[in-house]
Amino acid sequence: MADLTLHEVTKAFGSHVVLDRLSLEIRSGECFTIIGPSGCGKTIILRLIAGFEAPDKGEVRIGTKKVADAGFFIPPEDRHIGVVFQDYAVWPHKTVFGNIAYPLELAGVPKSELNSRVREAIALVNLKGLEQRFPYQLSGGQQQRVALARALVMKPEILLLDEPLTNLDANLREEMRFEIKEIQKATGATILYVTHDQEVAMAISDRLAVMDGSGRIHQIGTPEEVYTKPADDFVFKFLGISNMIPVQVSSGKSAVNTAAGPVSLPLIPPSSLEGQQGWLGFRPMDVQISRQDSSNTLQVHAVRVTLLGPIVDYLFDCRGLQIRAQMLTEDALDQDLIIEEGSEVFIAVAAPQWFNQKGEACA
Amino acid sequence: MTTTLAEKKKLDVSKIVLLFSILILVVIVAVPVLLILITAFFENGRFNIAGVAKILSDPDTYQALLNSLVIAAGTTVVSTVMGTFFAWLVARTDLPFKNTMKALFLVPFMLPSFIGALAWKVLLSPRSGYINKLLMAIFGLERAPFDIMSLGGIIAIESMYLFPFVFLQVAGALERMDPTLEESARISGADLFTITRKITLPLVMPSILAGALLVALYSLSHFGVPAILGTEKGIFNIPTKIYERIYSSGGSFGAIRVGTILSTILVISAALILKLQDMLLKKGQYQVIAGKSMRPVVLKLRGLKYPLLAISIIYIGITVILPTITIFLVGGLKTYGLPFQLKYMTMDNYLKIFQWKITKDAIWNSIYLSVGAAFVTMLAGTMISYVIVKMKFRGKFILQFLGVLPFSLPGTVIALGVILTWSGRFGINLYNTPWIIFVAYIARYMAFAIKSSSASLSQVSDSLEEAGRACGATHWQSLKDIVLPLIRPGMVSAFFLIFLPALRELTTSVLLYGPTTRTIGVAIYTLNEDGETVKAAALASIALIIIFVGETTIRKFLAKLEQRAAKVEEIKNVPA
Repeated sequence: MADLTLHEVTKAFGSHVVLDRLSLEIRSGECFTIIGPSGCGKTIILRLIAGFEAPDKGEVRIGTKKVADAGFFIPPEDRHIGVVFQDYAVWPHKTVFGNIAYPLELAGVPKSELNSRVREAIALVNLKGLEQRFPYQLSGGQQQRVALARALVMKPEILLLDEPLTNLDANLREEMRFEIKEIQKATGATILYVTHDQEVAMAISDRLAVMDGSGRIHQIGTPEEVYTKPADDFVFKFLGISNMIPVQVSSGKSAVNTAAGPVSLPLIPPSSLEGQQGWLGFRPMDVQISRQDSSNTLQVHAVRVTLLGPIVDYLFDCRGLQIRAQMLTEDALDQDLIIEEGSEVFIAVAAPQWFNQKGEACA
Repeated sequence: MTTTLAEKKKLDVSKIVLLFSILILVVIVAVPVLLILITAFFENGRFNIAGVAKILSDPDTYQALLNSLVIAAGTTVVSTVMGTFFAWLVARTDLPFKNTMKALFLVPFMLPSFIGALAWKVLLSPRSGYINKLLMAIFGLERAPFDIMSLGGIIAIESMYLFPFVFLQVAGALERMDPTLEESARISGADLFTITRKITLPLVMPSILAGALLVALYSLSHFGVPAILGTEKGIFNIPTKIYERIYSSGGSFGAIRVGTILSTILVISAALILKLQDMLLKKGQYQVIAGKSMRPVVLKLRGLKYPLLAISIIYIGITVILPTITIFLVGGLKTYGLPFQLKYMTMDNYLKIFQWKITKDAIWNSIYLSVGAAFVTMLAGTMISYVIVKMKFRGKFILQFLGVLPFSLPGTVIALGVILTWSGRFGINLYNTPWIIFVAYIARYMAFAIKSSSASLSQVSDSLEEAGRACGATHWQSLKDIVLPLIRPGMVSAFFLIFLPALRELTTSVLLYGPTTRTIGVAIYTLNEDGETVKAAALASIALIIIFVGETTIRKFLAKLEQRAAKVEEIKNVPA
């Protein structure tokens, strides 16, 4: 078991600085995800750890051992890390068996042990019976399993996964995501998972780091922490569809300026925002819709109502202010809320998130 | 792959590969080109542009320049018109036996143009051409109706054998063109003529021009046809002028200097043509290529169907079958000039080909030189492509430049560069040995090897190699176990792409051969020059058989290889 540490790592390509003095610690045995928009440098972190890139400055450590800094470098083959690539990188000229056996052949594992270990790995990823197939005879999901088995066969302490599910269809993605979690439990490996898909990240991580387009990490925490207590507006917006409303706070009340003048909001802002401008954020699912007025509601009219299967998606307008809301179809039917466009309803917000002008969360 | 510090400490594969690639490109390409430029522009160690101007304005060399230009321009226009017409016929009409016709239109590629020229000289030379004599006898003419030994004749013969360049490009573009482009014009009410003029033609124009430039590039620096048809009448182009000067002066420095100046002009024109072509192809790509092959709108020829088929077949008959038969027949004559009657025919010439020293040597030389050069060039080209495609390092653009330089070096220029480099200046004298031809072939075909290997290497995604490294393979092991097996089909086709043209090479070899180092092309040419037309034809016949058998078997073999590679391709191209 091994911790993974990046200490003050800087990496630039030409004049383009991808990572600027980035520090990150991944604990032994955890499944850690880096999520961020594409091109944010998250893959570079993985490549630095794997040894496909060398840092310009700073240090990469596996356990207590330094594997790279500005003047020192252990090549990838000596780091004993399993890597699964976004494009699978299954070798087209080798069979399933050949692909998975290759790392063992390189390590000089005796024939009988090699056979049993390859079979073990094949069983682990549910590829039994396909040993002699060539990659072109496999589906995308099966190729992905080959890649996974090939990375696992050496029993690495660290497994790096670079968007391995992106090229799979939705059903397969879900299935594989549980399998990866199962495999982690079975092997106890430390997993670093890189993705732009917040759903996958939420589902499989013990902890995750949210990174922005410029390579800065905004928050590290468990999925629950990050989702319910976002550090700032970037994290909040990145983790799902959101409403962000600019607000003005005074005398313990919040108001929003619309084209038709200020509208007072039925929500108590945190005292730290007193006298300032800021942002109110909430998820569409946290909007409660009702046909009756009450003290904490806001009157709106429906601009668009779309049935998306299990949920109904609403777009409301309140004097020029647009608000997205969602509701389970079942509940909407029960409460007779599949409404006509243009009808008037009342909404309340269940879990408001407040941010100051810099975007930092305010409690 | 980034070269890294720890790797540098070990005996590092990437460093060795890089050093070797630089070494090869410098020795094979950079030094010869540099020596040509230095020889052309410096006299006695001083920059001398006046000397250059003097040589270029000398009527003798000036005329050669002009002829080169006229021949290249004429050949380009004729080839382009014919190539485009036949391509359209095959791709966009209901011409019967389309696929067979398409294959037949590519056959002229197999016939080396200097052998074609030889045949046409036999048929249409003003004094002794068989067809000329026949026509004079039939119609009681006093003068021969055709004179193939003229600028027009040279243009006609070159066009016959170069038009497939245009044909291939245009037919490909027409087949790949998205038919909805034409259909939408039709829906808007345009008639077929308007569609052809306003939609189809502009869309395939880049391909037409690219094919045309390829012909221009080839024709500008082509030796064989003008040498056989022009030299006797004092019609020279740049390559034949260089050959004449060097040959008649016994390889004097003055002659070589003239050669280098003319070569510089060839190189500059070639570079310009390639640049232009590159721009055109880039422009044309997004418009025409729709990816999948489509079923295009086909024009019904109706009454013209069979007349046009007949014209196509007659055209192929005249350009391919007639010259081939002529060569075989002349090779069977007892003495050149006799009529083709059984009593004047003999098998002797054919049997003696394998006994007579000059021809026996030539066949043997050509075979081992082309096999050897193809093998070495393929290996070197693969290595250089790896460096260019896969490695990241500072100053890579220099290597990239050196890597594309061979594309713009015509055969004559390479021969001169090789003479300047390997005639003892650096302590090694290969002159009059087969090695000088060997080195020249490597330089001449390096471009093919780099092109072919780069194409297959760029399809091997970096992650395949990285996956190997992550599995514990060293750089060398990942090359050997992963990269090489994946690009092997590309390497094999590179080998044959070099071997086949090298087998019939003339332009370069003719400047480099010594008494015992004639190649097949050189032997045919020199035998014919020495008046041994019959023996030249017999050797040419044997060459045609070797080329035909070689091309067809190799084509089949490569098709099989491609099929297998196509399967592999499917997953190499997973979107990244």
